[in-house]
Amino acid sequence: MFRNVAELVELAESSGKKISQVMIEQEMHVTNRSREEVLAQMERNLKVMEEAVEKGLKGVKSHSGLTGGDAVLLQNYIASGRSLSGNLLLDAVSKAVATNEVNAAMGTICATPTAGSAGVVPGTLFAVQEKLNPTRDEKISFLFTSGAFGFVVANNASISGAAGGCQAEVGSASGMAAAAIVEMAGGTPSQCAEAMAITLKNMLGLVCDPVAGLVEVPCVKRNAMGAANAMVAADMALAGITSRIPCDEVIDAMYKIGQTMPVALRETAQGGLAATPTGRELEAKIFGFALDKKE
Amino acid sequence: MKYKSVFDIIGPVMIGPSSSHTAGAARIGKMARELFGREPKWATISFYGSFAKTYKGHGTDVAMIGGIMNFETDDERIINAFDYAKKNKIRVKIREEEAVTDHPNTARIMLGDDEGELELVGISIGGGKIEIIELNGFELKLSGHHPAILVVHDDRFGAIAAVSNLLASHQINIGHMDVSRKEVGEVALMTIEVDQNIDESVIEALKKLPEVTQVTRIND
Repeated sequence: MFRNVAELVELAESSGKKISQVMIEQEMHVTNRSREEVLAQMERNLKVMEEAVEKGLKGVKSHSGLTGGDAVLLQNYIASGRSLSGNLLLDAVSKAVATNEVNAAMGTICATPTAGSAGVVPGTLFAVQEKLNPTRDEKISFLFTSGAFGFVVANNASISGAAGGCQAEVGSASGMAAAAIVEMAGGTPSQCAEAMAITLKNMLGLVCDPVAGLVEVPCVKRNAMGAANAMVAADMALAGITSRIPCDEVIDAMYKIGQTMPVALRETAQGGLAATPTGRELEAKIFGFALDKKE
Repeated sequence: MKYKSVFDIIGPVMIGPSSSHTAGAARIGKMARELFGREPKWATISFYGSFAKTYKGHGTDVAMIGGIMNFETDDERIINAFDYAKKNKIRVKIREEEAVTDHPNTARIMLGDDEGELELVGISIGGGKIEIIELNGFELKLSGHHPAILVVHDDRFGAIAAVSNLLASHQINIGHMDVSRKEVGEVALMTIEVDQNIDESVIEALKKLPEVTQVTRIND
């Protein structure tokens, strides 16, 4: 059983396996199930992700009215041919947004690793598939590779915004996605780890400050940028760029930063964007209380 | 290691918007329901920390009631859980607590009816994963990821051996076990996580042991 990224990469490279393969075998061993059973469960999760993106791309609106419809705007913009950052990148962004808009509207999603960060992994997967043309099995492998890196973060640091801030949620999700993109694009296990490290380094310190405590503002747009971050980091790793700080040390740094983060910035809706005048105004409007009554 | 399966990371499939504050809350509620063993007549839920500050936005209250109604994390009835509770005449009270707890996502659930009551403290540790850390005043650690047996017994010599011998005779392997008591020589609680679901006949046999006063099982 691998305990950190270094062991995961070593396990994969010494046996000539992909990260996804190592994860599938560990899952079979830990849960005492056959390969077919393990793959079938991931297939069901993939299906939920596909349905969520599809729903979001048609346009949804949350109960609070704070979020919804941005995925559609982005798709229309891509179709107009005016995109500056590139169609593939924006497609990933819009599909990440689509998933999180469905989540905010209390739709059905698959947490990756959490619900608040559920857009990044499927968003990037459903964008890069347009270019890489993966088989169904390769798409399932993408989720196992993401899961392997998330598994290390969850056990050695945290994937909870209340415990570690947004860096632990969207940060982890982006790192997971970057690693999985690299594998799908034909990169090595080491390059997967480099992509994860590069991504997470750029998410360090990100706080969890949801307006009115809702998983909407800024969560949906953090998923958008998380997807963009993952795409760019994957390209950097595939180009041969490495992280000076090893992946496991970046994860450890993330954990320590989370521990020292003030409680007001860890999913309590007391600081950051939640505490801005507009944030407070929205909160009062949504919950129907007068502003001066709160605090 | 807290997380053992890749599906703790890629999963659960759930109703949004938060894995810790919605799916985790539903799971804590469902554990309370399973341990209580039947639909309660009343439920009082106290929220602490981040749960207390943000439960309305995350639907934590709705999800926890849904769990108490025995709904899974991906059951769309969660959204209207309060209506379902009302229809079944369950009296629900929600409390926001100021007290600081060890974990930011902590909830205390009290369930009851004419026949009995249950009090449980659960924490939601991220990604939908939960732990039950207190049950009827006993400290324990229950993940809900394995089948488990909870045994309330007299706190005296031989009680643990009697229970483990009985499990051994049924070829049941103990994966994790801990024992907690409030005072020496009074009642104690054994939490036993096992590898396979437990047959009703084993539970009945455990109940017949002289040291044992109550047995509850949680199947996968």
